[in-house]
Amino acid sequence: MATDTTLKKFLDETGRIAVFTGRFLNEWFRPRYEISEFFRQCYIIGYKSLPLIGLTGFIIGLVMTMQLRPSMVNYGVESQIPAIVGISIIREIGPIITALIFAGKIGSSIGAELGSMKVTEQIDAMEVSGTNPFKYLVVSRVLATTFMLPVLVLLSDCIALYGSYLGVNIKGITSWSLFWNKVFTNLIYADIFPAFIKTFFFGFIVGIIGCYKGYHSSKGTEGVGRSANSSVVVSSVLIFITDLLVVQVTDLIGYG
Amino acid sequence: MADPDSNDTVISGVAPGISRSAPQSKEEVIVISHLYKSFGSNRVLQDFNLTLYKGQNIVVLGKSGSGKSVLIKCIIGLLRPDAGEIFVFGKNVPELNHFALDELRARIGFLFQSNALYDSMTVRDNLEFPLRRHWIQVTQAQVNDMVMEALEDVGLAHTVDMMPVELSGGMRKRIALARTLILKPDIILYDEPTTGLDPITGKEIIDLIVEIQNKYNTASLIISHDMNCVRLASDLVAVLIEGKCYALDTYDRLKSSTDPNVKPFFEQ
Ligand SMILES: Nc1ncnc2c1ncn2[C@@H]1O[C@H](COP(=O)(O)OP(=O)(O)OP(=O)(O)O)[C@@H](O)[C@H]1O
Ligand SMILES: [Mg+2]
Repeated sequence: MATDTTLKKFLDETGRIAVFTGRFLNEWFRPRYEISEFFRQCYIIGYKSLPLIGLTGFIIGLVMTMQLRPSMVNYGVESQIPAIVGISIIREIGPIITALIFAGKIGSSIGAELGSMKVTEQIDAMEVSGTNPFKYLVVSRVLATTFMLPVLVLLSDCIALYGSYLGVNIKGITSWSLFWNKVFTNLIYADIFPAFIKTFFFGFIVGIIGCYKGYHSSKGTEGVGRSANSSVVVSSVLIFITDLLVVQVTDLIGYG
Repeated sequence: MADPDSNDTVISGVAPGISRSAPQSKEEVIVISHLYKSFGSNRVLQDFNLTLYKGQNIVVLGKSGSGKSVLIKCIIGLLRPDAGEIFVFGKNVPELNHFALDELRARIGFLFQSNALYDSMTVRDNLEFPLRRHWIQVTQAQVNDMVMEALEDVGLAHTVDMMPVELSGGMRKRIALARTLILKPDIILYDEPTTGLDPITGKEIIDLIVEIQNKYNTASLIISHDMNCVRLASDLVAVLIEGKCYALDTYDRLKSSTDPNVKPFFEQ
Protein backbone atom coordinates (compact mmCIF):
# COMPACT_ATOMS: atom_id res chain seq x y z
CA MET A 1 0.00 0.00 0.00
CA ALA A 2 2.83 2.32 0.90
CA THR A 3 4.41 1.93 -2.52
CA ASP A 4 1.02 2.56 -4.02
CA THR A 5 0.73 6.02 -2.51
CA THR A 6 4.39 6.76 -3.19
CA LEU A 7 3.90 5.93 -6.84
CA LYS A 8 0.75 8.03 -6.92
CA LYS A 9 2.58 10.95 -5.32
CA PHE A 10 5.43 10.58 -7.76
CA LEU A 11 3.13 10.60 -10.78
CA ASP A 12 1.16 13.47 -9.29
CA GLU A 13 4.30 15.53 -8.83
CA THR A 14 5.58 14.68 -12.30
CA GLY A 15 2.28 15.83 -13.78
CA ARG A 16 2.40 19.08 -11.87
CA ILE A 17 5.97 19.80 -12.94
CA ALA A 18 4.92 19.11 -16.52
CA VAL A 19 2.03 21.55 -16.23
CA PHE A 20 4.31 24.16 -14.67
CA THR A 21 6.85 23.69 -17.46
CA GLY A 22 4.06 23.95 -20.00
CA ARG A 23 2.99 27.23 -18.45
CA PHE A 24 6.54 28.52 -18.71
CA LEU A 25 6.81 27.52 -22.36
CA ASN A 26 3.51 29.19 -23.02
CA GLU A 27 4.31 32.44 -21.24
CA TRP A 28 7.98 33.21 -21.67
CA PHE A 29 7.77 34.74 -25.14
CA ARG A 30 4.62 36.78 -24.58
CA PRO A 31 4.72 40.40 -23.42
CA ARG A 32 5.09 41.98 -20.98
CA TYR A 33 8.83 41.26 -20.98
CA GLU A 34 10.56 41.55 -17.64
CA ILE A 35 13.88 42.44 -19.20
CA SER A 36 15.48 44.36 -16.37
CA GLU A 37 14.46 41.66 -13.93
CA PHE A 38 16.01 39.06 -16.24
CA PHE A 39 19.36 40.89 -16.31
CA ARG A 40 19.22 41.44 -12.57
CA GLN A 41 18.73 37.72 -12.06
CA CYS A 42 21.53 36.89 -14.51
CA TYR A 43 23.85 39.08 -12.52
CA ILE A 44 22.80 37.66 -9.16
CA ILE A 45 22.80 34.05 -10.31
CA GLY A 46 26.05 34.23 -12.21
CA TYR A 47 27.90 36.36 -9.72
CA LYS A 48 26.79 34.40 -6.68
CA SER A 49 28.02 31.06 -7.97
CA LEU A 50 31.21 32.27 -9.61
CA PRO A 51 33.67 31.83 -6.70
CA LEU A 52 32.35 28.42 -5.77
CA ILE A 53 32.35 27.15 -9.32
CA GLY A 54 35.81 28.55 -9.98
CA LEU A 55 37.21 26.91 -6.88
CA THR A 56 35.71 23.48 -7.52
CA GLY A 57 36.71 23.61 -11.18
CA PHE A 58 40.29 24.41 -10.26
CA ILE A 59 40.49 21.60 -7.72
CA ILE A 60 38.91 19.05 -10.07
CA GLY A 61 41.40 19.83 -12.84
CA LEU A 62 44.36 19.73 -10.48
CA VAL A 63 43.35 16.56 -8.66
CA MET A 64 42.38 14.68 -11.80
CA THR A 65 45.77 15.37 -13.29
CA MET A 66 47.60 14.25 -10.16
CA GLN A 67 45.52 11.10 -9.87
CA LEU A 68 45.96 10.15 -13.50
CA ARG A 69 49.71 10.59 -13.58
CA PRO A 70 50.85 7.28 -11.95
CA SER A 71 48.92 5.06 -14.33
CA MET A 72 49.82 7.20 -17.32
CA VAL A 73 53.46 6.97 -16.36
CA ASN A 74 53.05 3.19 -16.09
CA TYR A 75 51.71 3.03 -19.62
CA GLY A 76 54.34 5.42 -20.80
CA VAL A 77 51.87 7.95 -22.13
CA GLU A 78 52.59 10.68 -19.64
CA SER A 79 52.60 13.22 -22.42
CA GLN A 80 48.94 12.50 -23.16
CA ILE A 81 47.71 13.71 -19.77
CA PRO A 82 46.54 17.11 -21.05
CA ALA A 83 44.55 15.48 -23.84
CA ILE A 84 42.81 13.02 -21.56
CA VAL A 85 42.05 15.55 -18.86
CA GLY A 86 40.86 17.98 -21.51
CA ILE A 87 38.42 15.53 -23.03
CA SER A 88 37.01 14.33 -19.73
CA ILE A 89 36.56 17.82 -18.37
CA ILE A 90 34.98 19.30 -21.46
CA ARG A 91 32.75 16.39 -22.30
CA GLU A 92 31.53 15.32 -18.92
CA ILE A 93 33.12 16.43 -15.68
CA GLY A 94 32.94 20.16 -16.23
CA PRO A 95 29.25 20.29 -17.16
CA ILE A 96 28.04 17.78 -14.61
CA ILE A 97 30.00 19.02 -11.61
CA THR A 98 29.19 22.63 -12.37
CA ALA A 99 25.52 21.81 -12.86
CA LEU A 100 25.34 19.92 -9.57
CA ILE A 101 27.00 22.71 -7.65
CA PHE A 102 24.75 25.19 -9.41
CA ALA A 103 21.73 23.11 -8.37
CA GLY A 104 22.94 23.09 -4.78
CA LYS A 105 23.65 26.78 -4.65
CA ILE A 106 21.11 28.41 -6.95
CA GLY A 107 18.33 25.79 -7.02
CA SER A 108 18.03 25.85 -3.25
CA SER A 109 18.13 29.62 -3.04
CA ILE A 110 15.43 30.00 -5.70
CA GLY A 111 13.31 27.38 -3.94
CA ALA A 112 13.69 29.09 -0.58
CA GLU A 113 13.22 32.61 -1.92
CA LEU A 114 10.06 31.91 -3.88
CA GLY A 115 8.84 29.61 -1.10
CA SER A 116 9.06 32.33 1.50
CA MET A 117 7.52 34.85 -0.88
CA LYS A 118 4.66 32.43 -1.37
CA VAL A 119 3.94 31.78 2.29
CA THR A 120 4.18 35.44 3.27
CA GLU A 121 1.76 36.40 0.47
CA GLN A 122 4.35 38.49 -1.38
CA ILE A 123 3.43 36.69 -4.59
CA ASP A 124 -0.22 37.64 -4.08
CA ALA A 125 0.87 41.21 -3.35
CA MET A 126 2.68 41.34 -6.70
CA GLU A 127 -0.40 40.11 -8.43
CA VAL A 128 -2.59 42.86 -7.00
CA SER A 129 0.07 45.40 -7.97
CA GLY A 130 -0.48 44.80 -11.65
CA THR A 131 2.32 42.28 -12.06
CA ASN A 132 2.13 38.78 -13.39
CA PRO A 133 4.22 37.07 -10.71
CA PHE A 134 4.80 34.08 -12.95
CA LYS A 135 6.54 36.28 -15.48
CA TYR A 136 8.25 38.54 -13.02
CA LEU A 137 9.58 35.79 -10.77
CA VAL A 138 9.54 32.49 -12.63
CA VAL A 139 10.22 33.37 -16.26
CA SER A 140 13.06 35.75 -15.42
CA ARG A 141 14.74 33.22 -13.14
CA VAL A 142 14.36 30.23 -15.44
CA LEU A 143 15.74 32.16 -18.40
CA ALA A 144 18.59 33.44 -16.27
CA THR A 145 19.61 29.99 -15.08
CA THR A 146 19.28 28.61 -18.61
CA PHE A 147 21.66 31.20 -20.02
CA MET A 148 24.03 31.58 -17.09
CA LEU A 149 24.86 27.92 -16.52
CA PRO A 150 26.52 27.46 -19.94
CA VAL A 151 28.62 30.56 -19.27
CA LEU A 152 29.61 29.22 -15.88
CA VAL A 153 30.45 25.80 -17.34
CA LEU A 154 32.69 27.45 -19.91
CA LEU A 155 34.50 29.38 -17.21
CA SER A 156 34.73 26.34 -15.00
CA ASP A 157 36.20 24.29 -17.87
CA CYS A 158 38.88 26.90 -18.46
CA ILE A 159 39.75 27.12 -14.77
CA ALA A 160 39.83 23.33 -14.48
CA LEU A 161 42.23 23.11 -17.41
CA TYR A 162 44.39 25.74 -15.81
CA GLY A 163 44.40 23.62 -12.64
CA SER A 164 45.42 20.69 -14.77
CA TYR A 165 48.25 22.72 -16.28
CA LEU A 166 49.58 23.39 -12.78
CA GLY A 167 49.11 19.71 -11.93
CA VAL A 168 51.16 18.65 -14.93
CA ASN A 169 53.92 21.00 -13.88
CA ILE A 170 54.16 19.73 -10.33
CA LYS A 171 56.19 16.73 -11.46
CA GLY A 172 57.59 17.57 -14.81
CA ILE A 173 57.70 20.50 -17.10
CA THR A 174 55.26 21.23 -19.86
CA SER A 175 55.19 24.65 -21.39
CA TRP A 176 51.99 26.70 -21.47
CA SER A 177 51.65 26.53 -25.22
CA LEU A 178 52.49 22.84 -25.42
CA PHE A 179 49.83 22.08 -22.81
CA TRP A 180 47.07 23.88 -24.69
CA ASN A 181 48.29 22.44 -27.92
CA LYS A 182 47.91 18.92 -26.50
CA VAL A 183 44.43 19.72 -25.18
CA PHE A 184 43.07 21.13 -28.38
CA THR A 185 44.61 18.97 -31.07
CA ASN A 186 42.68 16.04 -29.67
CA LEU A 187 39.42 17.88 -29.25
CA ILE A 188 36.93 17.77 -32.06
CA TYR A 189 33.72 19.68 -32.66
CA ALA A 190 31.74 16.62 -31.56
CA ASP A 191 33.34 16.82 -28.14
CA ILE A 192 32.44 20.39 -27.53
CA PHE A 193 29.09 20.98 -29.14
CA PRO A 194 26.88 18.35 -27.42
CA ALA A 195 28.56 19.07 -24.10
CA PHE A 196 27.77 22.74 -24.53
CA ILE A 197 24.16 22.13 -25.59
CA LYS A 198 23.36 19.95 -22.62
CA THR A 199 24.35 22.68 -20.19
CA PHE A 200 21.38 24.73 -21.38
CA PHE A 201 19.12 21.86 -20.39
CA PHE A 202 20.83 21.57 -17.02
CA GLY A 203 20.36 25.27 -16.39
CA PHE A 204 16.73 25.08 -17.39
CA ILE A 205 16.16 22.15 -15.03
CA VAL A 206 17.69 23.95 -12.05
CA GLY A 207 15.57 27.03 -12.73
CA ILE A 208 12.27 25.36 -13.41
CA ILE A 209 12.49 22.91 -10.50
CA GLY A 210 13.59 25.59 -8.04
CA CYS A 211 10.74 27.85 -9.14
CA TYR A 212 8.20 25.04 -9.14
CA LYS A 213 9.13 23.96 -5.64
CA GLY A 214 9.05 27.50 -4.33
CA TYR A 215 5.90 28.54 -6.14
CA HIS A 216 4.03 25.53 -4.80
CA SER A 217 5.47 25.74 -1.34
CA SER A 218 3.08 24.64 1.35
CA LYS A 219 2.16 27.03 4.10
CA GLY A 220 4.61 27.66 6.89
CA THR A 221 8.34 28.00 7.30
CA GLU A 222 8.79 24.26 7.34
CA GLY A 223 7.40 24.22 3.81
CA VAL A 224 10.05 26.74 2.74
CA GLY A 225 12.86 24.50 3.99
CA ARG A 226 11.35 21.55 2.27
CA SER A 227 11.05 23.48 -1.01
CA ALA A 228 14.73 24.40 -0.90
CA ASN A 229 15.77 20.88 -0.08
CA SER A 230 13.66 19.04 -2.59
CA SER A 231 14.51 21.45 -5.41
CA VAL A 232 18.16 20.42 -5.03
CA VAL A 233 17.36 16.71 -4.85
CA VAL A 234 14.96 16.68 -7.78
CA SER A 235 17.07 18.86 -10.04
CA SER A 236 20.23 16.84 -9.32
CA VAL A 237 18.50 13.60 -10.25
CA LEU A 238 17.01 15.19 -13.36
CA ILE A 239 20.43 16.50 -14.37
CA PHE A 240 21.85 12.96 -14.31
CA ILE A 241 18.88 11.59 -16.25
CA THR A 242 19.19 14.34 -18.84
CA ASP A 243 22.91 13.70 -19.11
CA LEU A 244 22.23 10.06 -19.87
CA LEU A 245 19.60 10.96 -22.46
CA VAL A 246 21.76 13.55 -24.17
CA VAL A 247 24.64 11.09 -24.47
CA GLN A 248 22.31 8.52 -26.02
CA VAL A 249 20.84 11.00 -28.44
CA THR A 250 24.17 12.46 -29.56
CA ASP A 251 25.44 8.91 -29.97
CA LEU A 252 22.50 8.11 -32.21
CA ILE A 253 22.90 11.12 -34.43
CA GLY A 254 26.57 10.39 -34.80
CA TYR A 255 28.12 12.93 -32.54
CA GLY A 256 29.39 10.25 -30.16
CA MET B 1 -15.05 58.93 13.30
CA ALA B 2 -12.61 60.89 15.37
CA ASP B 3 -15.49 63.03 16.53
CA PRO B 4 -17.28 61.12 19.29
CA ASP B 5 -20.52 63.07 18.85
CA SER B 6 -20.93 61.83 15.34
CA ASN B 7 -22.42 58.60 16.63
CA ASP B 8 -25.50 60.56 17.59
CA THR B 9 -26.09 61.57 14.01
CA VAL B 10 -27.11 58.06 12.98
CA ILE B 11 -30.44 58.19 11.30
CA SER B 12 -32.22 55.02 12.13
CA GLY B 13 -34.62 53.38 9.81
CA VAL B 14 -32.94 54.75 6.71
CA ALA B 15 -31.22 52.60 4.15
CA PRO B 16 -27.77 51.35 5.15
CA GLY B 17 -24.89 53.69 4.84
CA ILE B 18 -26.45 56.91 6.04
CA SER B 19 -24.49 57.99 9.05
CA ARG B 20 -21.67 60.24 10.10
CA SER B 21 -20.60 63.37 8.43
CA ALA B 22 -18.94 61.97 5.31
CA PRO B 23 -20.89 62.79 2.18
CA GLN B 24 -22.27 59.64 0.70
CA SER B 25 -23.90 59.07 -2.59
CA LYS B 26 -25.88 56.06 -3.60
CA GLU B 27 -23.30 55.01 -6.13
CA GLU B 28 -22.56 51.34 -5.66
CA VAL B 29 -18.89 50.43 -5.85
CA ILE B 30 -18.96 46.81 -4.71
CA VAL B 31 -21.96 44.56 -5.07
CA ILE B 32 -21.54 40.99 -3.90
CA SER B 33 -24.39 38.65 -4.59
CA HIS B 34 -24.85 34.98 -3.78
CA LEU B 35 -21.16 34.36 -3.28
CA TYR B 36 -20.05 30.78 -2.62
CA LYS B 37 -16.52 29.62 -1.93
CA SER B 38 -15.31 26.35 -0.48
CA PHE B 39 -11.98 24.59 -0.15
CA GLY B 40 -12.66 20.90 -0.59
CA SER B 41 -15.28 20.03 1.99
CA ASN B 42 -14.62 23.21 3.95
CA ARG B 43 -17.48 25.53 3.02
CA VAL B 44 -16.24 29.00 3.76
CA LEU B 45 -18.66 31.40 2.09
CA GLN B 46 -22.23 30.39 1.45
CA ASP B 47 -24.62 32.78 -0.19
CA PHE B 48 -22.84 35.91 0.98
CA ASN B 49 -24.40 39.22 -0.03
CA LEU B 50 -23.15 42.74 0.59
CA THR B 51 -23.25 46.14 -1.07
CA LEU B 52 -20.71 48.89 -0.50
CA TYR B 53 -21.42 52.45 -1.57
CA LYS B 54 -19.04 55.20 -2.50
CA GLY B 55 -17.69 57.02 0.53
CA GLN B 56 -18.78 54.30 2.91
CA ASN B 57 -16.75 52.25 5.39
CA ILE B 58 -18.02 48.80 6.26
CA VAL B 59 -16.27 46.83 8.97
CA VAL B 60 -16.52 43.06 8.66
CA LEU B 61 -16.64 41.13 11.91
CA GLY B 62 -16.32 37.40 12.15
CA LYS B 63 -14.65 34.66 14.12
CA SER B 64 -11.15 33.56 13.22
CA GLY B 65 -11.36 31.23 10.24
CA SER B 66 -14.84 32.39 9.29
CA GLY B 67 -13.68 33.49 5.85
CA LYS B 68 -13.10 37.23 6.12
CA SER B 69 -9.75 37.14 4.34
CA VAL B 70 -11.19 34.76 1.74
CA LEU B 71 -13.98 37.26 1.11
CA ILE B 72 -11.71 40.17 0.27
CA LYS B 73 -9.37 37.96 -1.74
CA CYS B 74 -12.36 37.03 -3.87
CA ILE B 75 -13.13 40.72 -4.34
CA ILE B 76 -9.64 41.51 -5.65
CA GLY B 77 -9.58 38.38 -7.79
CA LEU B 78 -6.87 36.48 -5.93
CA LEU B 79 -9.33 33.69 -5.26
CA ARG B 80 -11.97 32.52 -7.66
CA PRO B 81 -15.40 32.04 -6.14
CA ASP B 82 -17.28 28.81 -6.84
CA ALA B 83 -20.44 30.71 -7.66
CA GLY B 84 -21.89 34.16 -7.38
CA GLU B 85 -21.12 37.61 -8.65
CA ILE B 86 -18.83 40.34 -7.41
CA PHE B 87 -19.38 43.62 -9.20
CA VAL B 88 -16.68 46.21 -8.63
CA PHE B 89 -17.38 49.47 -10.44
CA GLY B 90 -19.95 47.55 -12.43
CA LYS B 91 -17.55 44.84 -13.61
CA ASN B 92 -17.96 41.25 -12.56
CA VAL B 93 -14.55 40.32 -11.16
CA PRO B 94 -14.60 36.53 -11.71
CA GLU B 95 -15.27 37.07 -15.40
CA LEU B 96 -12.55 39.62 -16.09
CA ASN B 97 -9.45 38.79 -18.14
CA HIS B 98 -5.95 39.67 -16.97
CA PHE B 99 -5.82 43.12 -18.51
CA ALA B 100 -9.20 44.23 -17.26
CA LEU B 101 -8.41 42.84 -13.84
CA ASP B 102 -5.11 44.74 -13.66
CA GLU B 103 -6.86 47.91 -14.69
CA LEU B 104 -9.43 47.41 -11.95
CA ARG B 105 -6.80 46.53 -9.37
CA ALA B 106 -5.05 49.85 -9.95
CA ARG B 107 -8.13 51.45 -8.37
CA ILE B 108 -8.22 49.10 -5.38
CA GLY B 109 -5.88 49.18 -2.41
CA PHE B 110 -5.32 45.95 -0.57
CA LEU B 111 -3.72 45.65 2.86
CA PHE B 112 -2.64 42.07 3.50
CA GLN B 113 -3.16 40.56 6.91
CA SER B 114 0.48 39.43 6.84
CA ASN B 115 1.63 42.80 5.38
CA ALA B 116 3.32 41.00 2.47
CA LEU B 117 6.17 43.49 2.21
CA TYR B 118 8.79 42.44 -0.33
CA ASP B 119 11.66 41.57 1.94
CA SER B 120 14.29 41.72 -0.77
CA MET B 121 13.49 45.38 -1.44
CA THR B 122 13.97 48.57 0.55
CA VAL B 123 10.97 50.46 1.88
CA ARG B 124 11.28 52.87 -1.04
CA ASP B 125 11.24 50.07 -3.62
CA ASN B 126 8.31 48.47 -1.85
CA LEU B 127 6.31 51.65 -2.21
CA GLU B 128 7.44 52.30 -5.76
CA PHE B 129 6.50 48.82 -6.89
CA PRO B 130 2.75 49.41 -7.42
CA LEU B 131 3.47 52.82 -8.97
CA ARG B 132 5.82 51.40 -11.54
CA ARG B 133 3.89 48.26 -12.29
CA HIS B 134 0.46 49.71 -12.97
CA TRP B 135 1.50 51.55 -16.15
CA ILE B 136 0.93 54.87 -14.53
CA GLN B 137 2.64 57.77 -16.26
CA VAL B 138 4.76 59.45 -13.64
CA THR B 139 8.18 61.04 -13.61
CA GLN B 140 10.88 60.06 -11.15
CA ALA B 141 10.35 63.31 -9.23
CA GLN B 142 6.65 62.58 -8.89
CA VAL B 143 7.41 59.05 -7.74
CA ASN B 144 9.73 60.39 -5.05
CA ASP B 145 7.11 62.87 -3.89
CA MET B 146 4.41 60.23 -3.75
CA VAL B 147 6.65 57.87 -1.78
CA MET B 148 7.55 60.53 0.75
CA GLU B 149 3.97 61.71 1.06
CA ALA B 150 2.73 58.18 1.71
CA LEU B 151 5.47 57.61 4.28
CA GLU B 152 4.73 60.88 6.03
CA ASP B 153 1.08 59.90 6.23
CA VAL B 154 2.06 56.91 8.33
CA GLY B 155 4.80 58.80 10.19
CA LEU B 156 7.71 56.74 8.92
CA ALA B 157 9.55 59.02 6.50
CA HIS B 158 12.90 58.19 8.12
CA THR B 159 12.66 54.50 7.21
CA VAL B 160 12.71 55.10 3.46
CA ASP B 161 16.06 53.40 2.87
CA MET B 162 15.65 50.59 5.36
CA MET B 163 14.88 46.96 4.64
CA PRO B 164 11.65 45.45 5.98
CA VAL B 165 13.56 43.12 8.31
CA GLU B 166 14.98 46.13 10.11
CA LEU B 167 11.50 47.33 11.08
CA SER B 168 9.31 46.36 14.00
CA GLY B 169 6.03 44.54 13.42
CA GLY B 170 3.96 47.69 13.84
CA MET B 171 6.23 49.68 11.54
CA ARG B 172 5.89 47.00 8.89
CA LYS B 173 2.13 47.23 9.18
CA ARG B 174 2.31 50.98 8.65
CA ILE B 175 4.64 50.61 5.65
CA ALA B 176 2.21 48.10 4.20
CA LEU B 177 -0.54 50.63 4.76
CA ALA B 178 1.49 53.30 2.99
CA ARG B 179 1.99 50.96 0.05
CA THR B 180 -1.75 50.33 -0.03
CA LEU B 181 -2.54 54.04 -0.07
CA ILE B 182 0.12 55.25 -2.46
CA LEU B 183 -2.03 54.89 -5.57
CA LYS B 184 -4.87 56.86 -3.94
CA PRO B 185 -7.29 54.02 -4.61
CA ASP B 186 -11.05 54.47 -4.85
CA ILE B 187 -11.67 51.33 -2.84
CA ILE B 188 -9.52 50.07 -0.01
CA LEU B 189 -9.72 46.59 1.44
CA TYR B 190 -8.04 46.43 4.84
CA ASP B 191 -7.30 43.06 6.39
CA GLU B 192 -6.84 43.73 10.10
CA PRO B 193 -5.12 47.12 9.88
CA THR B 194 -4.61 47.54 13.63
CA THR B 195 -3.74 44.01 14.71
CA GLY B 196 -0.39 43.86 16.44
CA LEU B 197 -0.19 47.59 17.07
CA ASP B 198 -0.13 49.32 20.43
CA PRO B 199 -3.36 51.18 21.25
CA ILE B 200 -1.88 54.58 20.47
CA THR B 201 -0.51 53.65 17.05
CA GLY B 202 -3.69 51.69 16.43
CA LYS B 203 -5.70 54.82 17.10
CA GLU B 204 -3.49 56.78 14.71
CA ILE B 205 -4.09 54.23 12.00
CA ILE B 206 -7.83 54.37 12.59
CA ASP B 207 -7.71 58.17 12.39
CA LEU B 208 -5.75 57.85 9.16
CA ILE B 209 -8.33 55.48 7.71
CA VAL B 210 -11.14 57.87 8.56
CA GLU B 211 -9.17 60.87 7.29
CA ILE B 212 -8.52 59.17 3.96
CA GLN B 213 -12.16 58.32 3.63
CA ASN B 214 -13.17 61.92 4.25
CA LYS B 215 -10.46 63.42 2.07
CA TYR B 216 -10.85 61.23 -1.00
CA ASN B 217 -14.37 59.91 -0.49
CA THR B 218 -13.09 56.34 -0.76
CA ALA B 219 -15.08 53.26 0.05
CA SER B 220 -13.52 50.69 2.35
CA LEU B 221 -14.07 47.21 3.63
CA ILE B 222 -12.23 46.83 6.91
CA ILE B 223 -11.70 43.51 8.59
CA SER B 224 -11.06 44.04 12.25
CA HIS B 225 -11.42 42.56 15.71
CA ASP B 226 -10.45 45.81 17.31
CA MET B 227 -13.59 47.33 18.86
CA ASN B 228 -12.03 50.79 18.77
CA CYS B 229 -11.60 50.42 15.04
CA VAL B 230 -15.11 49.08 14.62
CA ARG B 231 -16.59 51.93 16.61
CA LEU B 232 -14.58 54.75 15.10
CA ALA B 233 -14.15 53.75 11.49
CA SER B 234 -17.41 52.07 10.59
CA ASP B 235 -20.47 53.45 8.92
CA LEU B 236 -21.88 49.97 9.00
CA VAL B 237 -20.82 46.71 10.55
CA ALA B 238 -21.29 43.41 8.74
CA VAL B 239 -21.23 40.26 10.81
CA LEU B 240 -20.00 37.18 8.97
CA ILE B 241 -21.40 33.98 10.44
CA GLU B 242 -21.45 30.59 8.75
CA GLY B 243 -20.51 32.04 5.42
CA LYS B 244 -23.35 34.54 5.33
CA CYS B 245 -23.67 38.21 6.00
CA TYR B 246 -25.66 37.52 9.13
CA ALA B 247 -26.24 41.13 10.14
CA LEU B 248 -25.54 44.54 8.64
CA ASP B 249 -26.21 47.59 10.74
CA THR B 250 -24.61 50.52 12.50
CA TYR B 251 -22.23 49.91 15.37
CA ASP B 252 -24.62 51.35 17.96
CA ARG B 253 -27.54 49.24 16.98
CA LEU B 254 -25.55 46.04 16.75
CA LYS B 255 -23.94 46.78 20.08
CA SER B 256 -27.33 46.93 21.75
CA SER B 257 -28.53 43.87 19.86
CA THR B 258 -29.80 40.98 21.91
CA ASP B 259 -29.17 38.41 19.18
CA PRO B 260 -27.11 35.60 20.80
CA ASN B 261 -24.99 35.30 17.64
CA VAL B 262 -24.13 38.98 17.43
CA LYS B 263 -23.82 39.85 21.10
CA PRO B 264 -20.54 38.01 21.83
CA PHE B 265 -18.65 40.20 19.32
CA PHE B 266 -19.42 43.32 21.30
CA GLU B 267 -18.81 41.96 24.79
CA GLN B 268 -15.21 42.78 25.42
N1 LIG C 1 -5.75 28.88 0.13
C1 LIG C 1 -6.54 28.15 0.95
N2 LIG C 1 -6.62 26.82 0.79
C2 LIG C 1 -7.41 26.08 1.59
N3 LIG C 1 -8.15 26.57 2.58
C3 LIG C 1 -8.10 27.88 2.81
C4 LIG C 1 -7.27 28.75 2.00
N4 LIG C 1 -7.43 30.02 2.45
C5 LIG C 1 -8.29 29.94 3.49
N5 LIG C 1 -8.71 28.67 3.70
C6 LIG C 1 -9.67 28.24 4.72
O1 LIG C 1 -10.75 29.13 4.68
C7 LIG C 1 -11.21 29.40 5.99
C8 LIG C 1 -11.29 30.90 6.18
O2 LIG C 1 -9.99 31.45 6.15
P1 LIG C 1 -9.74 33.00 6.30
O3 LIG C 1 -8.29 33.20 6.15
O4 LIG C 1 -10.64 33.73 5.41
O5 LIG C 1 -10.15 33.27 7.81
P2 LIG C 1 -10.30 34.67 8.51
O6 LIG C 1 -11.75 34.90 8.74
O7 LIG C 1 -9.57 35.70 7.76
O8 LIG C 1 -9.60 34.37 9.91
P3 LIG C 1 -8.57 35.27 10.73
O9 LIG C 1 -9.37 36.24 11.51
O10 LIG C 1 -7.90 34.28 11.62
O11 LIG C 1 -7.65 35.90 9.76
C9 LIG C 1 -10.27 28.70 6.95
O12 LIG C 1 -10.94 27.55 7.42
C10 LIG C 1 -9.10 28.32 6.11
O13 LIG C 1 -8.64 27.07 6.53
MG1 LIG D 1 -7.85 36.66 7.92
